[in-house]
Order: sequence, then structure tokens, then C-alpha cells
Amino acid sequence: MRKLPDNLVTAQAAKALPIHESAMKHVTGEAVYIDDMPEWPNELHVATGKSTEAFADIVSINLDKVKAYPGVVDVILQADIPGDPDVSPVLSGDMLLAGDFVHYIGQPIFAVAATSLRAAKQAVELAEITYQSKAATLHPKDSLTRQEFVLPTHTISCGDSKTALAQAEHTLSSDLYIKGQEHFYLEGQISVAVPNEDGGVQVFASSQHPAEVQKLVARVLDLPVAQVLVETRRMGGGFGGKESQAATLGCMAAVLAVRNRCPVKYRMPRQDDMVQTGKRHDFWNSYQVGFTQQGEIVAAEYDMVGKCGCTADLSDGVVDRAMFHADNAYFLPNARISGYRGKTHTVSNTAFRGFGGPKGVLLAENIIEEIACKVGKDPLDIRKLNCYQTGKDTTPYGQQIEEDVLLTLIEELEVSSDYRARREAIKAYNKQSPFLKKGLALTPVKFGISFTSKHLNQGGALVHVYTDGSVHVSHGGTEMGQGLYTKVAQIVAKAFGIDYQRVNVGSTRTDKVPNASPTAASAGTDLNGMAALDAANTIKERLREFAVEHFAISAEDFAIVDDVVSLGTDSMGFPEFIKLAYMNRVSLSSTGFYKTPKIGYDRKAAKGRPFLYFANGASVSEVIVDTLTGEYKVTQVDILHDVGDSINSHIDIGQIEGAFVQGMGWLTSEELSWDDKGRITTNSPANYKIPTSADVPEKLTVKLFDRANGEETVYRSKAVGEPPLMLGISVWCALKDACASVCDYQLSPPLSAPATPEAVYYALQAAKAYQAGAIASEQ
Amino acid sequence: MKFILNDRVVEETSLPSDFTALRYLREKRGLTGTKEGCASGDCGACTLLVGAIEEGEVTYSTLNACITPVQSLAGKHVVSVEYLAQLGEGLHPAQQAMVDAHGSQCGFCTPGFVLSLAGLYENSSVKEQNIDRESVCDAISGNLCRCTGYRPIIEAGLAMEGQQGHLLSQQDWLKTALADLDNPAANTKYLRPTSLAEALAAKKQHPEAEFIAGGTDLMLENTQRYKDFDVLIDLNNVAEIQQLEEQGEQLIIGAGVTYSQLENFSKSAYPHLYHLLSRIASRQIRNRGTIGGNVANGSPIADMPPILLAFDADVRLDKVDGSSRTVKMSDFYLGYKQTQLAEDECIVAFHLSLDKLAEFHRFYKVSKRMEDDISSVLLAARFTLNGDQMTEVRLAFGGMAATPIRVKAAEACLQTAKVTDDVALEKALQALREELNPMSDMRASAQYRLDMACNLVRKTWLELNGNTVPSFSGHPVPESWLSLGQEIGQQEGAKHA
Repeated sequence: MRKLPDNLVTAQAAKALPIHESAMKHVTGEAVYIDDMPEWPNELHVATGKSTEAFADIVSINLDKVKAYPGVVDVILQADIPGDPDVSPVLSGDMLLAGDFVHYIGQPIFAVAATSLRAAKQAVELAEITYQSKAATLHPKDSLTRQEFVLPTHTISCGDSKTALAQAEHTLSSDLYIKGQEHFYLEGQISVAVPNEDGGVQVFASSQHPAEVQKLVARVLDLPVAQVLVETRRMGGGFGGKESQAATLGCMAAVLAVRNRCPVKYRMPRQDDMVQTGKRHDFWNSYQVGFTQQGEIVAAEYDMVGKCGCTADLSDGVVDRAMFHADNAYFLPNARISGYRGKTHTVSNTAFRGFGGPKGVLLAENIIEEIACKVGKDPLDIRKLNCYQTGKDTTPYGQQIEEDVLLTLIEELEVSSDYRARREAIKAYNKQSPFLKKGLALTPVKFGISFTSKHLNQGGALVHVYTDGSVHVSHGGTEMGQGLYTKVAQIVAKAFGIDYQRVNVGSTRTDKVPNASPTAASAGTDLNGMAALDAANTIKERLREFAVEHFAISAEDFAIVDDVVSLGTDSMGFPEFIKLAYMNRVSLSSTGFYKTPKIGYDRKAAKGRPFLYFANGASVSEVIVDTLTGEYKVTQVDILHDVGDSINSHIDIGQIEGAFVQGMGWLTSEELSWDDKGRITTNSPANYKIPTSADVPEKLTVKLFDRANGEETVYRSKAVGEPPLMLGISVWCALKDACASVCDYQLSPPLSAPATPEAVYYALQAAKAYQAGAIASEQ
Repeated sequence: MKFILNDRVVEETSLPSDFTALRYLREKRGLTGTKEGCASGDCGACTLLVGAIEEGEVTYSTLNACITPVQSLAGKHVVSVEYLAQLGEGLHPAQQAMVDAHGSQCGFCTPGFVLSLAGLYENSSVKEQNIDRESVCDAISGNLCRCTGYRPIIEAGLAMEGQQGHLLSQQDWLKTALADLDNPAANTKYLRPTSLAEALAAKKQHPEAEFIAGGTDLMLENTQRYKDFDVLIDLNNVAEIQQLEEQGEQLIIGAGVTYSQLENFSKSAYPHLYHLLSRIASRQIRNRGTIGGNVANGSPIADMPPILLAFDADVRLDKVDGSSRTVKMSDFYLGYKQTQLAEDECIVAFHLSLDKLAEFHRFYKVSKRMEDDISSVLLAARFTLNGDQMTEVRLAFGGMAATPIRVKAAEACLQTAKVTDDVALEKALQALREELNPMSDMRASAQYRLDMACNLVRKTWLELNGNTVPSFSGHPVPESWLSLGQEIGQQEGAKHA
């Protein structure tokens, strides 16, 4: 079981840390999700009629039977949307309802509001729509060939990769297709819209970005943004899937609510959610690497094609981040990294924990495994050789690696996981075991923290202190289970010097904190925690000024510790002091604001500092594979992860473990599948398999790397949401390692991602065939 | 219909037949702690505990409320998450353990996990059984969590061991209240026959009605395709189809026997069957799904039919006119989703020869995920031996054709061979490649299915020759497999590798 390092958190201190603010409500069923809110008697429910064509002009639409279906109250097409039907988050092209043409199977063409969800769902099936089909592009490789992109290509380079490749002792060139991932948040997408008396609307949205829902609802209704209020108390999981694409539901519900003057709920049943909302991008990566006989990389050229789907959505940032992470932890002295935004006639892919990063990191780790086999070394030695370190500390985009953490962390884990001894034991086991083979891999992750869109790196908060000493905090971040509300409450309590229980974090509302950034990029605590800290400090400063004047003490004599206000020789309780401040007309409310310093990326030069800092981690996974079937088990995982000074180690460890398992799922049992018409065939949990409890190894150890953030983040903590997802890559590499064992590690056989039992089986066959060929050529 | 919902008896007279327990709780009772995650019985966010009197005691099991018609819970004690904290002082041990272990993040799946763990706690306490990692993972095998990675939830489950908490089944009012629930055999649309004759009479009267037992497949029509079922005939109270016993020279498995019942029954007597059953669906589904339903729906990827084929089972079918017939399992399937079962017939039971059950047999299932997944390929193999001579061979597959299928050409290659005759094995494998023409879909490619069909037979063959070839399951890998030299005699292995 996991243990906390003694020097970080003593058992008692850990016990004193708050539990998740909603934990009690979760276990009793009292936590309210949007679908749990009481329904109005006149509330309507939405379903959409969907395209059955991947790419086609719409020739005719007959909705007579839909309109006549019992329970149907309203049916709308694009033309019925009062404002702009485009609900794109950044650019354009995401239509709330299709117009003249469709560009993916499942695209909504019309929407029905009915007295029940069941009636709405039954009614939409009765539409008669005819199409003029067009040739669809379904594969990112084809979008590259046909030069069909949703946005222009971007290239990062350093040194002279062409010459370095030509002069390299060894080269490797191949490609790696990496499939995407379905978010499978347990709570499906949902919004409820309630019209107000002024022609505006209030929307309850399960969204990571309420401000954007607000902006887009205003746009589709042609209203001032101030007329729209969006509220998000909690989501039943988000993982990026509710960053941009939750807005569609809010907008649809709002249009129908305002049209029909009644509350409208739009909840996507699971199958609609899996068909109609975007996923993690597939990537087709081709690569050429040059390296020395020692295994040191001297040159790299990568072409990375993201399967963006039919529109841009957030794909620019996703492909950029994939490119920014194609180095992962390794120094590339000469490199060219090109990122293509492939357009395909499939649902528009979107943010998913890691936001493109995992596609770069997996590429890098795959290359390491291949180099190791080529030069006959343990992959860990190749990792350490190439790892960023003094003298080898500039990324291809020019950002310096300022913290000396990666190599230390890797070496610490190497020792604590007993990597070398286990490697020897596994080699011995594999020699004697004919059918079962074990594999081992230690993979690091270095993940850049900050939105790559600079303007999003801002946070806002609003803090009120009431006369009884209780504190209410609003901030722009949303709670999706990651514990943001808990951490922000801790930050505010610590700033004031008061008991955590005094602080209440209220639901996220666009009328409390305006223009908030999405809760994404792992930056929730960094941005909103800092903003809340700023607000708390402003109030505390006013309290200090008041105390200095009122009690005639020096500023240094004022302190609040453990709920007690020290006033020179006197002291009083916090509530008592607050009451006094109120009676003396001290303002007890403040906004707070934060913008991330130092960052900036010059896109034209493809150089700069996109990230304030990097979060680092590493994991060791051990697997056992059945060579007759390709089935496997993960038998042991050891993780060491860098969260700076942890604000709440329980929450951080929960994030690390959860992200690891989600990353493992992405690369093992979770396989998206599409047919040759462009229809997604994995449209239900019956055919799309996320990990269960039985997939998690009993031997799972998570330790926090004990070092404060070198940057001045909130209480020197580091972001934790996304980085540990890439720790799951160690499972994939361990499977590849097990496959390589059957040819005595002379070849790291190509392995698909995800490594389903089928994929592992054929990787084993490839290794066996290589071995047979090697033996034949010797004879 | 009447049932007990948490702490009170409720009566409903006008619910549609196909109205699910999930909708009932959320829409009619405002009990929104029970969540809809998928409405297909795959995620467990809607898990409920359902109690019934068994052998004089109230016993609880879990089910998926999203695909259970609420009327099938007549006469039962239905427990939702809201009730647990009301049992005693403070939280229920399952709830407290989840809080202490940080077992929730987004919280949406949490009520389902809490009920699965509470059911484990209840049953372990009553039966004085230990709670270990395997029993925890079994209890939550049908609960998906996307946030935590499960480690803290498993830890919570283990932490319940030895806790003192109030038990649902020990509430003094409960047994009397359950016994007092009178539920007439039928209202007009949801029929609850208590005998086979009544069931068939009901079908005669309502030819359009569907039979429903577990409903774990049928109800997907309702929740995924939005099909309305007007009249349902619930078979759960029909005594004749609940038979599960060795009788004379046969094992009789009633069509209404659930996977969980068969699992308990086979635990010591039929370990290979027991092992495979743990790979079928989840605990929640196995508590409801029936063997008859698995066969009747005609699916080519059902897991029980190959097993029944391997033992040359007979299927007893009864008709609304009172007649009865027996069909050989090998004749039962006619084509994709087509069977011998007529509209006006009902499966009563499967008859298996005890002699054949005593012969060498193995079952292997390959799927993307170990727990709760549908087979890419399933092999049920049986070898009758006379010394080292094979006299009868059955190789039955799921996932390899439009129906569950025996490959007689491959069987014939082995039928008269010696168990050491590797040439015969290769011929049999060649026959498999020639006879089978599986399809590619999201679960597996045709090529992989074919390769697995062969390799699973190869595995069986190795075992037949006295080797132990480990097969992964959802349960933890035994330590013995992980240490050196325990797997298989090295020479044997080298020979067959």
C-alpha cells in the first residue's frame, strides 16, 4: 500500500488535512448533480436528430412525424436559433445544429423538446432526412496526404536535424499510431436552462468552463452576456470532456427554454454522449531519430498528425502541446517537430487530461525502448543518458529546464523500486518460462504547466468575511472531483490563519467571478488558489491596518494564528475581532486576481517560454504476459511524483493514482473503434472498456517527491491534474519490454496503442518472427 | 405491487410494466442518490441492495436499478443509499470507510460503490466470512470509477472488516414486514406467474408479451433503443425453472437459475465452471441474469452456450399448449439470433450428463478486459479419455460464427488419437482454420479470433498432457505463477512453444 514519505507529512499532520469537501455528501447520496435537481412540472427534455452520414449535403428534411409524436412540444432547426448558431470555443465551425451540410455521423441536425426524455428520444427517430453524400476523410494519415487541415501546420526546430541525422551512427525511422480515448466521466453531459423575467436565462451546466457557456448562450440567443447566468456546483467527472463541449448542451437548453418560456433540461444518454461528443485525439506520428552507439540521441525529426475531427475546437492547443512534449524528459540537440491539424469527418476531438501531451510523451518513450534494444542496453540507462541535466537543459522550443529534478527523481525511484534487481530477476524468469513473460519499465514525465494560450493564464476570486467570522469564497474554477474547492478553502484558511471549517467555497457562478478561464491545463489551483489568496491577503491587510490604528500597535504585532488574533500583548478570537472590524466600518470583502508571470511563446519564431514550470514524475510498472493469447496483468507499480509542496497530500495522491489508472486504461483496454463509414462502433460501456478494480495491481506504491516548487506558485505547490496520466505509459513500455524478451531484447517490436491483448499478441509474433529470422540468418 | 423501500412499505398500482427501478426512485420518490451512468447495466452507478427471505433469513444482493423493472422487485426489501446512514448512529461502515480512505472524488459513482460494499459487509457479517481483497473486488466488479483508480475504494472495503455496524437484515420489523407483503400474481400488464402452467397460460393470453427473468439483456431494448414493453411475464417466481441439482445421472440447471446461483453451486464441484463464471459480466449482472436468458437470446457471443454444447446438453422446452419437447443443444441454434425456441415456448431447463461433467474439460475466455467484458473468443473443450486414447472430443466456441458453434471437423481429427499425438493436434488446428470464418468487430479482428481459437485448443492440449498452463482471470495472479519454475515443466514447454 502507498506510504507517505515521513519527512513530508507526519501521520498526524496528514490526518489533520481536510477530506474532500463533499466526501460526506458523496457517500450519503446527498451531493446534488444537475440531474438530481427537482424538476418543474412544465420542464421539457431535449433529444437531437442525428446525421447518419459522415460528409454530405442535406437534401431534404421532413419532421412531420416528429412534430406529431405524443409529448413533443417544440422542434427546431438551425434557422430557428435567434442569434449566431456557431458555438465554437475559439475559432469557428461548430454549429449548434447543422445547416446545409453535415460533417460527422451523429451531428445534430434538429432538436426536439418534449415532456419526457423518452418521448423526445422516440420522436427523433421518426425524422426523414435525405442526403447527397460526399467522399469523407476518416483517417489522419489521409488528411495529411490530402492536405486537409482544420488549422495551419506549426513547426518547432533547433539545431540542424537534417545534417545530424545524416551523420548519426545509428538511425531509426518508423511510425506509431496512437488511438484516442473516451472520457467516460460517470455523469454524462447535462445542462438545465431556466428563463428569467428579463428575457435572460440561468443555466445550470456540468461544465469546466461556465464563462464560455455564458458567452455562447448569449451568442446563440443574441443577448448581452450580462443577461446570462451560468452556475456549476460540481461535475460527476470532466477530464477535459466538459471544457468546450459542455457548451452545446447549455446553448441548446437555453434556446429551447427561452422559446418555450419554461425550464428545459438537456441530458445526453450515455450512447449519445459517446457518439456526439469529442474524445482524445488519435495521433499518427512518424519519426526519424539519430543516435550514437551509446544510445545518445543526436537528432530527431517528428511529424505528428492529430485527428482533430470536423472542426478546430481546441485542437490548436492540443497539437501544440503534443509537440511541446515530444521531447518528454530528453534533450534533443537537433530537432524538427511538425504538428499537423488533420481534418477528418468525425466528431470534433477535444481536450482530454494531458491535452495532446501524452501523444508526445508516448512517442518519446517508444523511441527510447527502440534505441535501447538497438544498442543492447537497459532502457533505463538510455533514459538517464538522454535526460535533461546540466549542460543539456534547453528544450527544442528554447525554454530552459531550470529545476534540477528529473534525473534525481528517476534515480530515487530506481533505488526505491529496486529496479536493477527486479530487472535481473525478470531476465532470469523469462529465460526459464516458456509461455509467461514478464516486462518492466521505468518511464518519466515532464509536463509543462500553464495554458499555451497566454491570455487564459489568469484567475479571479471573490472573498467575503461575515460578522461571525465565517468566510465565503467564490472563484472561477470548477469542481469535478479533483478537490479544487477543498484546496482553495485550505489556502484561504491558511492565509487568514483561521480554522479550515470557517471557510465555505460556494458554487461557481459567472455573476460572482466574471470571464473566468476553464478549469483545465492542471492550472485550477495555481490560478484560482492564487486569486483567492490575493483576495484574502487584501482583506487581511485591511484588518492589519485597522488593528494598528485601533489598538495602537505596530504592524508586526498583528498576527492571526489558529483562529486567535494577536494584538501586541492582547489577543482575541477571530469572530470577535471581525465583529469589531465591522463595527469600525472595515470592508470585509475583496476580489482577488492572479496572472501567471514570466510566460510567453513567440509563435513565429517557435521559441519562448510557454510554461511557468514543469511538473515531473516517474513510475515503474511490471507486467506478466501470456504469450499464447497476449493477455496480461500489471503486477506492480511504483510511482514517485513531484507536486512541489503539497497542499493536500490525500487529494494529490488521489489525483496521481486516478490519473495513472486512466492513463493505463488509455493504453491497455480502452480502444476506440470506427467502421469504414465513419461510424463509431464503441458507443457504450458494453464495448468500450475502462479499467475496473481488478485491473489495478495490489502492489501500488505512490510517493510524493519532496521539494518545493522553484517558482512562486501558491504555497510553492505544483499542478497535479494531468501530469500523472502519463505515468501509465510505463505499463505500455513494460508490455513492449515483455514482448521484446521473446527475441532476447534484440528488437523492441512495434506495439499498437492501446496495447490490447490482441495488440500484445501480434507484437509477440513480430518479436518471434524476428528471432526466427535472426536464427535462420546465423545458420 | 408492494415492496419495502428502505424503511416503509410502498404500494404501486399504475406503473408501466417496463418502468425501471432507477426511474422509480429518482422520478417517483425523489431518491436521487441512485445515479444513471449508462442505463445499460455496465457502470454500477445505479446499484441497489435488494433483500429477500431465503431459508428463513433476509439475504441481500446487488443489482443494477437501470435495467430492472421496478415491478420485478415486488415482495422485496429495496435499499437505496439514502437509507444506510439512517440505520444507526452516523454513517454506515461502508460509508465511513469510503470517507476515511478518500474513496470518492467526483462522487457520482460513489453511492453505487457504497451499496456494493454495504452488501459485502452485510453478507460477510451475517455469514461470518472474512472480507479480503478478492471479495472486495468481486463485490465491486460491476462498479466503474473514473477518478480514483480504485485503490482507496478497495482499501475502504478492506477497512470494513471487523467494524461494528447495524445490519439491514437484523432489523426486528423487517422479516414480518416482508412476510406480510401480499403480491397478487398479476396486475393486468405485469404478470407474476408462480408456476410454469401459469406462465404459459399468461403467454397464451398475451402472445405479444415478453418473458422476463433477469432482464439484463431484454431491458436494454427499453433503455437503449427506447422500445416500450406493454406486457411482461416475470418468470422469477416460477418454481419449475429454478431447479439446480444433480438428479440421477444428470445435472439439471433450471432456465431461471442465475449465474450467481450456479457460481455458488459449482464452487467446489465444478472448479473450471466456477472460474469461468467469475469472468462473465459483473456481480450485479450475475445476481440477476439467468442461464436460460443467456441461451434464449440467441447471441453468438453468449458464454454459456459453448459450455452446454461441450457437454452435449439437452434443452427442455415447454409450449403454451402444454406440450413439452427436448432439443439437443447442438441443434438449438439455427442462425444469427435464431433458435429452435418458438414464440409460444419457454426454456425450462438444461440437462447435462454427470459422466461427461466428470471428464477432462477446460473453458477459456479471451476479452479486452478481464472483468465484465464480452468474449472475443470463448472455448469450451471436453475430452473423453480411455487411458491416453481420446474417444470423444468437443470443441465448442463462442464469438467465432453467427451462432455458438462446435467444430466437428476439428473434433474428428482428435477423436481417435492419443493425447500425445501432436500431429493430430496440428490437423485439428488446421481444421479450425478451414472451418471457422469469424468476423472482425470492435472487440477483435477475425485473424486474432482464429489465432485464439487455435491457441486456446493448444492450451487445453497442454493441460491434457499434464502441464499447468496458467490462465489469467479477473482475480489476482497466484503467487506461484510469478515465481520461477512453477509454471510448466520446461521440456514440455519448450516442445510446445
